[in-house]
Amino acid sequence: MSLLASLAAQAAQPVTPVTSVLVETPSVDWWGLLPLILLAAPAMVLLHASSLLRRVFRGFYATASVGIAGTAAAFAIVQWFRVTDLDGGRGPYTTVASAYTVDGYSVFITVVLCVAVIVSSLVADGYLRREGLDGAETYALLLLSASGGVVMASANDLIVLFLGLEVLSIPVYVLAASHLRRSASQEAGFKYFILGAFASAFFLYGIALVYGATGSTNLGTIRQTLQDDPFVDGGALLLAGAAFLLVGFGFKVAAVPFHAWTPDVYQGAPSPVVSYMASGVKAAGFAGLVRVFDVTLAGQVRDWQPIVVGLAVLTLLGGSVLAVAQTDVKRMLAYSSISHAGFLLVGVAVASPEGAAAVLFYLAAYGLMIGGTFAVVTAVAGPGEQATGIDAFRGLGRRQPMLALGFTVLLFAQTGVPLTSGFFAKFGVIKAAVDGGWYWLAAVAMLSAVVGAFVYLRLVVAMFMVEDIDPHHGDGDVVAATPAPVAMPAALTLALAATVVATLVVGFLPGLLTDLAGDAVPVVLATLP
Amino acid sequence: MWLNQFLILGALLFCIGVYGVLARRNGVMVLMSIELILNSVNINLVAFGAFNGTPVGQVFALFVIAVAAAEVGVGLAIVLLIYRNRTSIDLDAADLLKG
Repeated sequence: MSLLASLAAQAAQPVTPVTSVLVETPSVDWWGLLPLILLAAPAMVLLHASSLLRRVFRGFYATASVGIAGTAAAFAIVQWFRVTDLDGGRGPYTTVASAYTVDGYSVFITVVLCVAVIVSSLVADGYLRREGLDGAETYALLLLSASGGVVMASANDLIVLFLGLEVLSIPVYVLAASHLRRSASQEAGFKYFILGAFASAFFLYGIALVYGATGSTNLGTIRQTLQDDPFVDGGALLLAGAAFLLVGFGFKVAAVPFHAWTPDVYQGAPSPVVSYMASGVKAAGFAGLVRVFDVTLAGQVRDWQPIVVGLAVLTLLGGSVLAVAQTDVKRMLAYSSISHAGFLLVGVAVASPEGAAAVLFYLAAYGLMIGGTFAVVTAVAGPGEQATGIDAFRGLGRRQPMLALGFTVLLFAQTGVPLTSGFFAKFGVIKAAVDGGWYWLAAVAMLSAVVGAFVYLRLVVAMFMVEDIDPHHGDGDVVAATPAPVAMPAALTLALAATVVATLVVGFLPGLLTDLAGDAVPVVLATLP
Repeated sequence: MWLNQFLILGALLFCIGVYGVLARRNGVMVLMSIELILNSVNINLVAFGAFNGTPVGQVFALFVIAVAAAEVGVGLAIVLLIYRNRTSIDLDAADLLKG
């Protein structure tokens, strides 16, 4: 009746010719979205500019890409002080109808992603010119993918999380297949696409089930609903949804048994792209994983923890054991990245603020060292990425000692040798596991590190002790077999030097980064509505 | 109509899609199977949305349709690239990368 009455009242009023309907739009904090906008918008401008500009100076696109990612990172750092300083700043908050979180955690991941793009761009510059593929596409896709990663790290809604995942992934499918003249690259892109899309579909099915079980896609609301009523209507639905989500994340971060794509894609895809996959995509994947499981489903920890612990153990052991059997360096690094994902999963599995902080530290440290590692692989592999076998590294220590030395530092960091960032990364994760009472899990992680050490040390031995181990050169005539010196473009050298220095600086002064990672985490755990 | 009916239809489509991805060797058929899974998700989302009485499910389904279109665009482009180089889109023929 009241509806009829109001209609009648409306009809009685004089009809105004111009009607304006007030649609309530959510308030948007543009300042909070700035790093995302600064990644995505200039990337598209870059793409359009490349079709308009006829002649640009050499390295223009790489410079632009580094500049864009650097600007985004700078604005993210400005935000950092705003969201973590609880006295002067406004603290963490959500915007766009509480679909997008701006907190220390998302800002930290944003910076990690920007650094991943910068390192990959520097490496890609020389690579693309060497392969005759120079152009803006690679850089634009890297930046767009990073913008998707930022969305994923900041998502406070399952819809936004899914959009972020897709914007992160789709450019990387293209990037993996981007070497037009290498069949292996296209095959890698195809495999990555099929398995990535398959994983996204699982992820999406999980989202649908979680939405059905809780009646909301907002992570804060889901968390609240589950806190109020742990035996929420359709508990089985929720658990099935969480399991599907875990499968989707497992594919993205390359956890055993969802790792099958990793070695093939790492081997076939262009090395600068692999560098971004290992640093950027992994960081975004773990950001989403921590936010969904450690924060949103914190109340269900008894249900999902055993499964994540199982995944972590499989990933730790599977990755490092399978890496031992590889002879191709890119495949070896693929398996080693799987074993690193295992360490990160340990940090997720312990479900504590310390674990999440350890994951952040690990992602930052690993992103730098793997970026430098793939810079070396890009340089050594040579035109067409022909020389990716261990043989290509034999005697490198004698021919190009500085390059070999830098590579050795990065390999030691991946092993977890003290005074490198890798040591404190592994230490943080294992400490979080011990603090949480997971002694046997910590022991498994250390065992995996020991097995993994063999892999990295084998490369170091190949570089510095060639005469001792190679029976084919046993006749003493090693010099005759010396290949051409490895070409080192300036940008690649810069990337390598920067990552080596950063790895060592963090190794000597870990407090710089651990404090930041520690600041980033409790905030997110405390603030979801 | 019960919610269960839609969920069972969704689950069936999902299973058919997963079977297709795992069993089919033709690249385009695998792409179609993935589309099938995404559409099973859409059925679930719309059914849950109607069940909860909120438009969230329907809106999400629209997003999924848009993203699926973008994804399949990239997928077909890659399939085409491979076909041009090898005149085959058989997944089993893609065996350059092994170790």
